[in-house]
Amino acid sequence: MEEQLTRKQIRFWSGAYFVIILAMIGGFVLATSQITYSWHWSVVPTYFVAHETVKVQAELEGTVDSIQSSGESSTITVKGEDGTFESYEVPSGGELLAGETDMVFPGDTLASYQEWRPGLLMLGMMVTIKVSLYAIVIGILLGIWGGIARISANPAARWLAYTYVELIRGTPLLVQIFIWYYIGSTLINQLFHKYIGFEIPALWYGVIALAMFTGAYVTEIVRSGIQSINHGQTEAARSLGMTHFQSLRYIIMPQAMRRILPPLAGQFISLIKDSSLLGIIAVRELTKATREAVTTSFASFELFFTCAALYLILTFTLSLCVQYLERRMGTS
Amino acid sequence: MIDVKNVDKIFYAPHKIQALTDVSANIESGEVVVVIGPSGSGKSTFLRCLNHLETADAGHILIDGVDLLDPATNIDKIRAEVGMVFQSFNLFPHKTVEENIILAQRVVRKRSLSEARERTAILLEKVGIQDKAKVFPPQLSGGQQQRVAIARALAMDPKIMLFDEPTSALDPEMIGEVLDVMKTLAREGMTMVVVTHEMGFAREVADRVIFMDSGRIVEVGPPEHFFTNPSHDRTKLFLNQIL
Repeated sequence: MEEQLTRKQIRFWSGAYFVIILAMIGGFVLATSQITYSWHWSVVPTYFVAHETVKVQAELEGTVDSIQSSGESSTITVKGEDGTFESYEVPSGGELLAGETDMVFPGDTLASYQEWRPGLLMLGMMVTIKVSLYAIVIGILLGIWGGIARISANPAARWLAYTYVELIRGTPLLVQIFIWYYIGSTLINQLFHKYIGFEIPALWYGVIALAMFTGAYVTEIVRSGIQSINHGQTEAARSLGMTHFQSLRYIIMPQAMRRILPPLAGQFISLIKDSSLLGIIAVRELTKATREAVTTSFASFELFFTCAALYLILTFTLSLCVQYLERRMGTS
Repeated sequence: MIDVKNVDKIFYAPHKIQALTDVSANIESGEVVVVIGPSGSGKSTFLRCLNHLETADAGHILIDGVDLLDPATNIDKIRAEVGMVFQSFNLFPHKTVEENIILAQRVVRKRSLSEARERTAILLEKVGIQDKAKVFPPQLSGGQQQRVAIARALAMDPKIMLFDEPTSALDPEMIGEVLDVMKTLAREGMTMVVVTHEMGFAREVADRVIFMDSGRIVEVGPPEHFFTNPSHDRTKLFLNQIL
């Protein structure tokens, strides 16, 4: 029996919700005012898009031969001592510091202009998205194979999948990341270096660690999804002459997929959050980028709140996408 | 067509049960054989051994001369020739009626889409639900679902059809429509093995009746002999209980 509330009680508790939230925010503001923390929200946008001054510098000794301006840019041509010409492009809006016939030496600033570039947080977020996306794709593939292997009749496949799941689930992700980075990368990179001649960047060891970790959980999700489908479905498919693979491909997986979507979404949301651990192996994802931003601006309160909000945007978007998928699959 | 020789089947889970003991039977092409017996007598296990959904532990099961229990046999090829209809229909709920019937034609028989569609339309008309082609199975009544399941099995153009209590999960008023489809099939000369409790169907359609009890075939005979003058006491007792 569900608890019943009168309309008046519902109105009261709805109001109470907002009061509690406001009180929490108010309390926090009050607390910070006690410790005279000075808020600088204005620095936050500069970590999304930073603009910086680019100097156009002469690379040879000589005189400025001509300055031609077209609509989009100006071109400064310098005639060298030895008669060679070199030209420099300055976008419109840039400031021209040299005039015609000026003598210039290498390193002299001819012009300067402002350039927009993605800020630290933006870059960090892109890395977080990239790493998570790769890990999700690899994790799904690992999980589907793992899940199928986990209930295979073949003991080698079954035990391998079981070992994989237990090994990964039973150890901390942080330790796994260290192992991949310090042991895995040392081994693999040295062998690669020796025999193939290239090395895999640290980012990929982070991706592998996250993918292997997620794959183990997805394996269990896929296994329970497959097992939740009535055995009669397999029997019907096999009785029509379909192979084991065909019955999985056309009958079992499509139905299991619908059921495993919600737990899968939860797993991927965890993955996005867990990617914050990659900062410790020098992958500059969102959290590490935030910490770096804090060291240069000292606006730790603002930046960590922003960091949290950005994670929330990522996870919530993912959650919405999955809800949409679920609805679409549910109606077909 | 089907030759079963000295088949044993033992289940180990949840506890050891000898489901079939030294079962031998011979079913000719075009014959309709009805298997009856009390629950737990092994009749469903016997039927499921015929398309290798259960693996017999001993003996031989020859379909068209090919031994199912020979490890070299490609079981998927045999199953394509042996249609099966289940008590609980087992339609694919994520596919429409039409897609249910088309799928195996495409992936097993490698038919073109238009060919498979054509065959599906003919079969749906045969089982009397041509207007439900685009509907999903859960929206159909039990009787309709079972008729779709029969059409799905027939789409493979099987040489043999196995029916595992096809009307046991149906409301009484829907049993007739499914039995009618089965009778039509029998009349057309399909080789059929039917596990059922429908004695009327057995009497009317069966060429022979197999009576099983405790994992053994107790008695085999034409229905007129079987229902009027059974030779075994166990058969008499069973018939007394249900008729």
